[in-house]
Amino acid sequence: MTRLRAALRGIAVLAALRSLARLLPERRRDDDREVTDPAAERLVAVALLTSAGGSVAFVVAYVLDADPQLLGAGLVVALGGIALALATWALRLVRHEDVLEPREPMTPPPEEHAEAVQALAAPVGRRGFLVRLLGLALGTLGLAAVVPAASLGPAPGDARRRTGWREGARVVTPDGAPVAVDALPVGGSITVFPEGATDEVDAQVVLIRLAAEDLRQQPGQEDGTVGGYVAYSQLCTHAGCPVGLYEQASSRLLCPCHQSVFDVRDGAKPVGGPAIRALPQLPLAIGDDGMLVARGDLPAPPGAATWRILT
Amino acid sequence: MKPAEWVDRRLRLARPLNHAIRKAFPTHWSFMLGEIAVYAFVVLVATGIYLALFFEASLGETIYSGSYEPLNGLEVSRAYASTLELSFDVRAGLLVRQTHHWAALVFIGAIVVHLLRVFLTGAFRRPREINWMIGVTLLALALLAGFTGYSLPDDLLSGTGLRIAWSAALGVPLVGEDLAFLVFGGEYPGDIVSRLYPVHILVLPALLAGLITAHLAILIRQKHTQLPGRSRTEHDVVGEPLWAGYALKSLALLFAVATVLVALGTFVQINPIWLYGPYEAFAVTSPAQPDWYLMWVEGALRIYPPWEISLLGVTVPAQFVPAVLLPGLTFGALYAWPFVERRVTGDRDEHELAQRPRERPGPAAVGLAALTFYALLTLGVANTFIARLLNVAVLDVTAALRVLVLVLPLLVGVIAYRVLRGLAATGASGPLHLPARALLRRRP
Repeated sequence: MTRLRAALRGIAVLAALRSLARLLPERRRDDDREVTDPAAERLVAVALLTSAGGSVAFVVAYVLDADPQLLGAGLVVALGGIALALATWALRLVRHEDVLEPREPMTPPPEEHAEAVQALAAPVGRRGFLVRLLGLALGTLGLAAVVPAASLGPAPGDARRRTGWREGARVVTPDGAPVAVDALPVGGSITVFPEGATDEVDAQVVLIRLAAEDLRQQPGQEDGTVGGYVAYSQLCTHAGCPVGLYEQASSRLLCPCHQSVFDVRDGAKPVGGPAIRALPQLPLAIGDDGMLVARGDLPAPPGAATWRILT
Repeated sequence: MKPAEWVDRRLRLARPLNHAIRKAFPTHWSFMLGEIAVYAFVVLVATGIYLALFFEASLGETIYSGSYEPLNGLEVSRAYASTLELSFDVRAGLLVRQTHHWAALVFIGAIVVHLLRVFLTGAFRRPREINWMIGVTLLALALLAGFTGYSLPDDLLSGTGLRIAWSAALGVPLVGEDLAFLVFGGEYPGDIVSRLYPVHILVLPALLAGLITAHLAILIRQKHTQLPGRSRTEHDVVGEPLWAGYALKSLALLFAVATVLVALGTFVQINPIWLYGPYEAFAVTSPAQPDWYLMWVEGALRIYPPWEISLLGVTVPAQFVPAVLLPGLTFGALYAWPFVERRVTGDRDEHELAQRPRERPGPAAVGLAALTFYALLTLGVANTFIARLLNVAVLDVTAALRVLVLVLPLLVGVIAYRVLRGLAATGASGPLHLPARALLRRRP
């Protein structure tokens, strides 16, 4: 009986050893993994020497303040030489061999998992209430830590709905020069700003002079044009790029970013491309001194729209 | 005492090292794609540190005076001026800057192709869903890193890109306006360049480095997937040992990647901001194109039709679908895919073996259809170029792309599915698997 038990134990130990051996990577006896290949060795040596030469050339080019191309070429040779040497070494001077590693399934046996869970839970087991309180404290701290992010930007308020344009504001070029009624020829166009706000991105307006017969004024916008001049926000209502290309022949404004097309004879309504809203029109008038002035602010926020209810 | 001995007598590394150098690395060309991404990241960090020492992240104005004559005396931002200075007046500056930009393009390219490989071979299936999601996050962070990087110099092209980003933020439902003001620090352009700088040089690189480390640690824990073959089963992994075969090859790849990137930085001009000029709020470059990895969003902005959608009195802004919903859905789908596929196939088992695309014709066809879709969106950026080439109107090209972007992916999906099914039936070999006898059979 004892002998049988000893034999069984022996078998068990052997089996355990065998399964243990399976877990270890297979090892090859011979450690002679070098390959004799004089040609490859020569190539590696030449590549490494060339690399060192490249590094020296890089330093020389740097010191002499040579062209960036020469500087870079030195570095390319330095890096490329090492790449070539290592690749040759790996492919021709190391004997190719495959090793076999057993994989361990990632799903643990249930008892192993249970043991770990229990080990983790034991010290806090009967203090579930405190653990929940810890969660509450950490969660509150996390929320509190996020709040100061509000300092990153001011509340929008009506900043986007207000620009530098107001009644009587003079129309000026980006250099600040006022624009007289006869400043532009028919078909001409320039970018203008309200006087004193030539830095205000959102106030940029494109001023175009049309032939009187081309104007198809919008109902309610008749007052917006004067002397054949129309003025529209220059920011595309699609994604906010400056609508910078004016095609005189067809009286159309084209956005170079996404190719939205606006008809300036007809309230700058979109007639092609992805935009869906017209460019807000700046109402114009002539000041006492014969210079162009605005009759008020742009009627809608310039540039791209938000989800707010459209009025 | 030899240095190795000195170290070993303090850290006792011999035993773990003896084990580690026999770790099996399956060899397959497609396994290099992820490595190329890691090595491009190494180049990005090395070159980026140098650039950060010279760049000045400020929209404050200054008069440029430096070696680039045409812009001398012009009032520009400090960001723009310091980029010109580090390009023309700092020795090796231009080389490092161009190499950095090229490395960013290659970094994201390698990530995308690596993602395709993992997707097409089902290498993301249980137990590797976590690493898939980390990988998708790495892609998102890499896109952000690229965009924040090329937006820094405050040139005309990048200013246009930021204006579009501002508009995209406005298009986020409900909180869009607040979000835009929060990110930009006020109304556009706000304080954006000094905002982007710490994000680009600290936050994003730290997140990328941390997640790359986690990605690799999980890879080591779970071991590589590999295509089935002799002894390559669900229970074993076969490959070259870490030392010396694998490590030497991988180091060679590191230097090869660096060589190519420096060569590009040396000989191929990239992002010549002195030709674009400084940012002016009322000017725009034409054509204006982002770096390649954001062209799909830009292309979508160009070809999405002007549909005004109104629901319950709320009007959806034009930029919402292409610039907010599309990127959101894209990354949502990427994150969800392992779980969607699992739900559809009902396959909940662990898989250590990768599949050939023909063994998963359905998902592979979906992947190729999606690839076609994004390639066509990317092509949308070239609409003006195509129009000039074919001598047709730009809006006609856009109209054609609107149809193609819906039809062609379906067509590619159906054809791919049938071809893959056919390949599975005939047992013919594809590029992912080339058994020796296929080579022997060539000559009659």
